[in-house]
Formats: sequence, C-alpha cells, structure tokens
Amino acid sequence: MAVVTSDRGRRQAAATQANFLYRPEVRQAIYQVVLVVLLLALFYALVHNTAANLRKQNIASGFDFVARTAGFDVSQSLIDFNSSMTYGRAFLVGLLNTLLVAGLGIVVATVLGFVIGIARLSTNWLIARLATVYVEVIRNVPLLLQLFFWYFAVLKALPPPRQSLTLPGGGLLNVRGLYVPAPIFEPGFEIVAATILLGIVAAAAVYAWARRRQNLTGQQFPVLWTSLGLIVGMPLLTHLMLGSPMTFEYPELKGFNFQGGMVLQPEFLALLLGLSIYTASFIAEIVRAGIQGVSKGQKEAALAIGLTQGQSLRLVVIPQAMRIIIPPLTSQFLNLTKNSSLAVAIGYPDLVSVWSGTVLNQTGQAVEVILVTMCVFLAISLVTSAFMNWFNRRMALVER
Amino acid sequence: MVADTDVAAKIEAPPRNTVGPIAWIRSNLLSSWSNALLTVIGLYLAYQVLSALIYWGLISATFTGADGSVCTREGAGACWPFITAKFAQFMYGRYPEPERWRVNLVYLLALAGLVPLMIPRVPGKFWTALYVFVLFPVIAFFLLVGGVFGLLHVDTALWGGLLVTLVVATVGIAGSFPLGILLALGRRSKMPIVRWISVGFIEFVRGVPLITVLFMASVMLPLFLPPGVTFDKLLRALIGVALFSAAYLAEVIRGGLQAIPRGQFEAADALGLSYGKKMALIILPQALKLVIPGIVNTFIGLFKDTSLVLIIGLFDLLGIVQLNNSDSKWFSPTTAMTGYVFAGFIFWIFCFGMSRYSQMIERRLAAGDRR
Repeated sequence: MAVVTSDRGRRQAAATQANFLYRPEVRQAIYQVVLVVLLLALFYALVHNTAANLRKQNIASGFDFVARTAGFDVSQSLIDFNSSMTYGRAFLVGLLNTLLVAGLGIVVATVLGFVIGIARLSTNWLIARLATVYVEVIRNVPLLLQLFFWYFAVLKALPPPRQSLTLPGGGLLNVRGLYVPAPIFEPGFEIVAATILLGIVAAAAVYAWARRRQNLTGQQFPVLWTSLGLIVGMPLLTHLMLGSPMTFEYPELKGFNFQGGMVLQPEFLALLLGLSIYTASFIAEIVRAGIQGVSKGQKEAALAIGLTQGQSLRLVVIPQAMRIIIPPLTSQFLNLTKNSSLAVAIGYPDLVSVWSGTVLNQTGQAVEVILVTMCVFLAISLVTSAFMNWFNRRMALVER
Repeated sequence: MVADTDVAAKIEAPPRNTVGPIAWIRSNLLSSWSNALLTVIGLYLAYQVLSALIYWGLISATFTGADGSVCTREGAGACWPFITAKFAQFMYGRYPEPERWRVNLVYLLALAGLVPLMIPRVPGKFWTALYVFVLFPVIAFFLLVGGVFGLLHVDTALWGGLLVTLVVATVGIAGSFPLGILLALGRRSKMPIVRWISVGFIEFVRGVPLITVLFMASVMLPLFLPPGVTFDKLLRALIGVALFSAAYLAEVIRGGLQAIPRGQFEAADALGLSYGKKMALIILPQALKLVIPGIVNTFIGLFKDTSLVLIIGLFDLLGIVQLNNSDSKWFSPTTAMTGYVFAGFIFWIFCFGMSRYSQMIERRLAAGDRR
C-alpha cells in the first residue's frame, strides 16, 4: 500500500512538471523509438563486424558464386546434374529432393497416423493397446536417433546385392537400396493415360450430379463404386484392349551391378521411413483427440435418425472431427517438412545437405547460404499454412 | 436374520455370460467377426514384435566379452558388453575420470531441488524455486566448469554424453524463459512496432528448422562478433537452442495470457499498478501456472531436439553413441543396433516420465476448473 501511495504522490508531483511525458501515447511512442534505435544499432554492429570479419578471412560477399561451377556430384537428383553444373543448379537439386521427401512423407504419415489414431479408439482392446504402445514409444524417442536406427542399424546392415532379399512383386532389398520394377511405356499408352484423366473428370461429374439429386429427392447413388469403375476399371479395360502398352522391367543382377528397374537409395528410404513413422505418432494423437472431441450426442443422434454405423462416422463424426484435426495437423506437416532437414545427418542430398553443407563448405559464404536456406523454409511454411488455412475455412463450421 | 437372507437370495447374480474373463474377452476381443479377425492380426503382430525383441535382447544376445569379436558370430543378437564397456563415456563423455564426482554431485543437487518442487504436496515452493532457479545454476556452473576453489578446470570440449544432453536442454529452456515471456507480452502489446517485431521474430524462428538455427549459431555467430572475440562451441549451441525455444515458449505463454479473464487486467489497472507490477504480480503468476503442461511439452520437444547438436560437432548422448559405434575395437554387425537401442531407451525414460508428469499436472489443473 505504501508503495502505491508514494508512487502516486511522486507521479502527481512529476505530472505537474511534465504532464506531457505522462500521456500514454507519448510514452508508447518513446518506448518504440528507443526499441527501434537499439535494434538498428545492433543490426549496424552486426553488419559492421561481419564485413570486417569477412574482409579479414578473404571471403567474398554477394551472390556471384551461384553461377560458378559446383564441381561436386549429387547421389540422387530429380533433374540432370553433374559436377560441371553451377551452384545454382545444385540448390535446385537440393530443393527438389527436400520437396520430394517432404511431400511423400506427408502422405505416408497422414495415412499411417489416421489408421493408428482410429485404432487407438477401437473397441478391440488388443488393437487399442498396440496403437497406444506405438504412439508412446515412437514419439518419446528423438527423430534423429530413429533416422540413425533405420539408416545405420537396419538398411546398412542388409545383405550385399548377391544375397538380396526378394520382396513380393519383384522388388529386391539389399545394402544398396530397394530395387523395384520400372514401368516401361510403349506407344499407345497415351490413350490409357487419357482414359484415366477422362475417368477422373467423369467421376467428378457423377459426384456433383448424385449430390444434387440427393439434395432434391433424397435418393442416394453408389458414387464410390461408380467412381472406382470409372477411374480404375475403364483404364484397365482400355489397357487390356490395346494389348498392354505398359510393361514392367525387372531389376536383374548383372556382374557387380543391377540392370533395369528403379532404385530407391537407402538414404532416401531411411529418411522417408523415419519421418513418416515419427510424424504418424503425433498425427495419431491429433486424430484421436479430434474424434473424441465430437460430442457423443452427435453420434447417438445420427444413429437415432437411422444412419448406419459407417454413415454416421462418414457423414456426422468425421466432418466435425476434421475441424478439430486440421489446425494441429497443419503444424505437423510443417514439422515434417522442417525435420526433413535432418537428412544432412544421414547423407540424403536435400537442401540443407547440398546447399548449407557442401556449397557452404566450398564457398565459405555462410551469411548468404544460411539466409537463403532459412528463406526457403519460411516460404515453404507460409505456402503450406496458407493452403491449409484455405482448406480449414472450407471445412469450418458454416453458421446458418 | 431370516428376512435378510431372503432379500439377499432374491438379488440375482448377474447373468453368467456378462461377467468374468470370458465375457470380457467376448465383448472386448470377439464382439463380431471383423473384431475377431482384428484380434488375430493383433495377436500375430504382438507375437512377432515381442518374440523378435526377446530373441534379440536376451536369447541370442551376448552378455560378456572384452571386444566386438564376441558378437560377430552368425545370428548374434544384442552386444551388451559394448554398453557396459562404454557406459561411463555415454554418461560423461571425456570428462576426466577423477573429476566425475562433480557431475554426480550436480545431479544430486538438481534432484534435491526438483523432486520437492515437482511434488505438489510438498510445502515451501517459494524457497525451493529460489534454490532451483537462482542458487543451483550458480553452484552447478562452478562445479562443472571448475577453475575456482581449487577445482580443476574442465574444458567444455571434454563434456559429452548424457551430461551435454541435460545441460543443453535445461540451460536452453531456462535461458529461453526471459526472452519467451518478453516476446509473449510483446505480441499482445498495444504498441504496433513492438508487436510487429515480436511477431516477426516468433514466426521467423518457428518457420525454420532447428538445424539451420544451429548452423547459424555455429557458423554465423563468430562472424557477427568483433574480430578476435571467440566463443565456446557449447555456448554457441546453447545460444542457438535458447533463441529457438524462446519462440516456441512465447507461443505457449501467449496461450496462457489469453486465458486470463479481462477482469484481472482491469482490476490490476484499477488498483493503480504499473504495467510491470500488473504483469509480474497479477497476470504472469496465473498465466504461467495455466501453461505448465505446455511448458513441459516444449521441454520434451527440446530434450529430443538436443540430439541435433551432434551435427555441429558436439557429443551429446546420441553423438557419443554414434561416435563409439564406429570404434574398430567393438566392430560387429549388431554394435550399432545395440547402441541405438540403449540411447533410445535413455531418451525414452526421460521423455515418457516428463509426459506422464505433464498429464498429471493437467489433470490437477482441470480438477480446479471442474469445481
């Protein structure tokens, strides 16, 4: 109390002298100006020091190095790359590899996460327990450790090419990676591809028509089976009628190497496995919380008006659960993308490994390289969250 | 008496088929055909995983030996003597052996403060908190680094193993607290420039991977400093980790601030408290208490992320395991697997324990709300 009175006394005494300084707007302006000046001073000091340090170490600055020849090779690349190409091209290779593993990882993690999340709520005691064990074990162990485990302890411990493990479907697994049959497209396949596109368009049209009909008449139409027939059945039929223009080329061991087929390198496999399995455990928890967040009355009401179990889940529970699930799911997608940068630890040539690793070491231009890396990840984050926000708005509750 | 037994006799026992283990199995495992099929698949999966684990870890495992040659036989399981031989290194890194009592003492002192602080029933929270957050860090610093009071100086380059993991995680979260609170307050400030700067920092740091922040701390920080000034490698990593977790902590604390009813702010204003006093005495104590589970979860995330420091050349628990896996003396096909399983188990115990603790606190807080 004493503090307050003396404070107030001082304040009043001072207020008579300098009333101006005690107006909130003036104070706020002063605070902000001081903050800006301090930050600018800090920024100036950083730039000044950096310039001095770079001069002393004879490191160039600017982005001229992007056009210089890289002089190193990359083990896996979606676009043509060899050591005579530029650093800029190497950047692109790394970025594409990051996007590839992040995109595939998001798909696998989402599917796995939904399956395990729903399994955690299963009425089957054993299945629910198994899912719980999965979640509690996986999410409490560092991702980097899991990547090392998959890469060094599992994939690098596989047998050599001569004793490859044969997988169903003609795949071969050995220490050099996973060899899978590669599709060979012969003339005539364009027609099949066109049929697939046509099937997708037709299925969308059927969906729209069936929806309108149901809104008008209440009658339902088997959209799922029709769509399956259109998208899978029709192209398959065309394929057979045209005499199978797509064949598979199986990998074969010739001499010391495999001929034919496609190879998924162990670095890529380990990263994809580790990222998906780790993120799936978090997605499973989000899905569980989302489904539990839908009030029980909703499901009971759905059953009471005569919907079947499946219909109540599909039409009543899941749409409402999605509203709870999407925002945290977005941040998991972003986490997965950011975590893909751990590729550097197991040698998968992603953006961080190629660009902030090899290019940084060769050019020494730490400031430019790291700033670009950060900006790329920021851009990916912003684009992903913008897309997910749009999706969320579409799914959000429309108050009528 | 007779009437009593009559009444008791009239209360019929529940039908046979609704109680007991058989009924439980029937309703939980075999309620329908699809359910029974799931049970069979589940049993098969559980059997496969458990039997593989037991076979690898016990039946075909090696328990004694002086080097990796004992684990090289065909079909060998875990190579446990590798762990026994390297255990001290996994715990302390290259911390000099006669000085390791200092690390143990620090652990003991930490436990002495943390255990009473974490058990809600123990009284004297203020003094324990004072000890844990003010006195203990000072003691721990001098004990670990040394160089005073006749203690031998131990360079941080010699630290390693679990010690580095714990130091990076705890110093990281403790160091990020002041900045995190400032950022959270700044993000809710009425001053636009303060708000923009806070939002900018938080969103920037949350948008980039920790590894780039660590790269920045290890490669760019030396460039930012005046020429001639050098920094300890561990300290650089700590600065990076603290800046990184400050952004995440700020978001957690902001959640707590948003949960405080407006009346609390207005009441503090009505009492004539200044902004600093309002926050320090009224708002933050309530907000921080609300977000203890969130803070623990951030800490769990940070604890797992400390393993990333191995990429910039520090040897935390995972880093030292990784380093020893390539020790030629212990070369065997199962050395790596054994090392990872051991490190994973240690990480798991810490993280699982903390997540259970956070769930307990969450339930306690929720109990207060239910009243």
